Amino acid sequence: MASAASSASAIARSRSQAMRARLTAYGFLAPAGFLVLVFFFIPMLLILFLSITNLATTNFTTDVWRMATSRDPKYIVGLDNFERMFADEFAPKILFNTLFYVLATLLLFNVGLGLVIALLTAHVDRRAGFLFRALWILPRITSPAVYILMWKRIVAASPFGILNQFNELLGRPEANYFQGEAWVFIVMLNGFIGASFGMIIFTSAIESIPKDLMNASLVDGSTIMQRVRYVILPLLRWPLLFVTTYQTLSLLTSFEYILLFNSGGPASQTEVWSLAAYNRALNTYFANAQWGYGSAFAVVLVIIGVVMATVYMRVFRFNELVAEPKIEVL
Amino acid sequence: MKIVLENLTKKFGTVVGVDDISLTIEDGEFVAFLGPSGCGKTTTLLMIAGIYRPTAGIIRFDDRVINQVPPRDRNIGMVFQSYALYPHMTVFGNIAYPLKLKKVPKEEQAERVREVAAKMGIANLLDRRPAQLSGGQQQRVALGRALVKQPDVLLFDEPLSNLDARLRLSMRGEIRHLQKELGITAVYVTHDQVEAMTMADRIAVMNLGKLQAFDTPDDLYDRPKTLFIAGFVGNPPMNFLEVEVQREGDTFYAVNSALRVPVPAERGEAAARHGGQVIMGIRPEDITISETGTVRGEVFVVEPLGRDDLLDVHLDAANRLSVLADPAVHLRAGDTVTLALDTRKVQFFDPQTELSLLWR
Repeated sequence: MASAASSASAIARSRSQAMRARLTAYGFLAPAGFLVLVFFFIPMLLILFLSITNLATTNFTTDVWRMATSRDPKYIVGLDNFERMFADEFAPKILFNTLFYVLATLLLFNVGLGLVIALLTAHVDRRAGFLFRALWILPRITSPAVYILMWKRIVAASPFGILNQFNELLGRPEANYFQGEAWVFIVMLNGFIGASFGMIIFTSAIESIPKDLMNASLVDGSTIMQRVRYVILPLLRWPLLFVTTYQTLSLLTSFEYILLFNSGGPASQTEVWSLAAYNRALNTYFANAQWGYGSAFAVVLVIIGVVMATVYMRVFRFNELVAEPKIEVL
Repeated sequence: MKIVLENLTKKFGTVVGVDDISLTIEDGEFVAFLGPSGCGKTTTLLMIAGIYRPTAGIIRFDDRVINQVPPRDRNIGMVFQSYALYPHMTVFGNIAYPLKLKKVPKEEQAERVREVAAKMGIANLLDRRPAQLSGGQQQRVALGRALVKQPDVLLFDEPLSNLDARLRLSMRGEIRHLQKELGITAVYVTHDQVEAMTMADRIAVMNLGKLQAFDTPDDLYDRPKTLFIAGFVGNPPMNFLEVEVQREGDTFYAVNSALRVPVPAERGEAAARHGGQVIMGIRPEDITISETGTVRGEVFVVEPLGRDDLLDVHLDAANRLSVLADPAVHLRAGDTVTLALDTRKVQFFDPQTELSLLWR
């Protein structure tokens, strides 16, 4: 009798211990959870809601609750914003721009150049490689405004533009780089920064390949290039997939450099989808910020992002990549 | 293929990894580089492989200087401690890799891989990946990959260290057998002296980047030229005692505060000629516990080794001896024993230079 009672109390005690452990765990998660909730999740709900309103500077109200519950067609317009968006004559161009921008920057720079830099700096003197990568990462920690200011000075009209000064020296006619070559520069100035992310990930992946394996390949008869092709690249499969997916999503939503460089250019020349959302919602010539319409653009981006993230996580077999916790008992 | 090292030196910045090593490995010979970790043996091996460039000195394969020759043009096969199999390739792919790089035709590749796999006993594993293999199987694949291109030189970098004890024993014999059968010159790096003693024709003992000795296993064991070799080769290690060798008539005695034992005349004479304090070395197996012994001591620690008990016997504060004893005697710490020293194989060293007074 006594032993049954004591074992029952032991079970109760271990249960309350488990409960306390779980509470501690949630306690640790709480600050991060709070940030995610306030800055990621709630804004997404707000965007969803705003996209079915026609809230703009012209019918501005701060009483969102009244607006939300009023069902007043003055505010709540259902899917009108989306209909208007699909009918927008610039929408197809912007969509194409976005695809071009993401793919070109991703393949040429964020993955391509990142990989090339990682491979090159892994094959030179360790300190030289480290120094080069440290230099390359500087623009990433430079203020975007300052960074773009430098680019604008490079491509500006004469007598200020550096490239045009060279044109003058070589006796060539002055070029307007914001016209013809706008895409070249936008992809480049994004890519130079974007490449540093892949560079770091690939470098650490290359350096974590066991030394013996690298030596074995040389002894087995490979040249440096053959070792890259047959040994290093196959072993970089996961980092390659990761950088590709992560940078796709990140490029989809990045527009700050384009905004600062040429605001998307005249006639949506280099406007991408996220910039379009920003321009519609917050940045118009006539100070008519169409928050509702801009939110509809943003919602499309959210949907594309969620779909791609889901697909990528499947492709990645995300669950298999996440390690079991090392600490089980708190 | 004969391998000649001449004044070979490797520095990493200011750190000297390998310090002025010269030796010749004959064609078809099996040479072990033996030494504690950090002694420069692997660095030497990687220079022979062509992974490291020597800072100074010359490496020759036969008469050809190969200092500047890249690894792929040296026709070497190498087996690593970690096996270093390519995880993304199958066993077949791993073994075929050197042939693929040599642009051997596909059919010949397949044929040669099968041949080697059959020899290594892994013919049924060809479509597996390394992660699906046991350590012993991976080791065989690594060996197969080293052999498939019919190398002139086989290099081993502690290949058996990661295997369990029983497998290590059988692989030892197998590697030795293969090497003799194929007649390939082999360089084998190990810190395990038993491995070196049992496998190698000659052993290069290294310490702190320097070559201590390059001799046959028997010579190293019976005629150690330095104190380091005497202490390093042999298990349990040799005992060292500070003694003075005195001559009385035709007999030489090794004398110190704890003992006075006769030593063979020709050895004793060399020690006596040096005069003063010398270091005497005597192996544990040359000491027996005997009623008629002349040296008394107290058992301090008993370590059962199975076949023998290893005793740490204190003669006095300054002198102690490792002794092998029959476990059936059931000696315990605190027991007093008398020891008989068989001094026929006793060694003498100069305490300053640590060089042997008997062999040079």
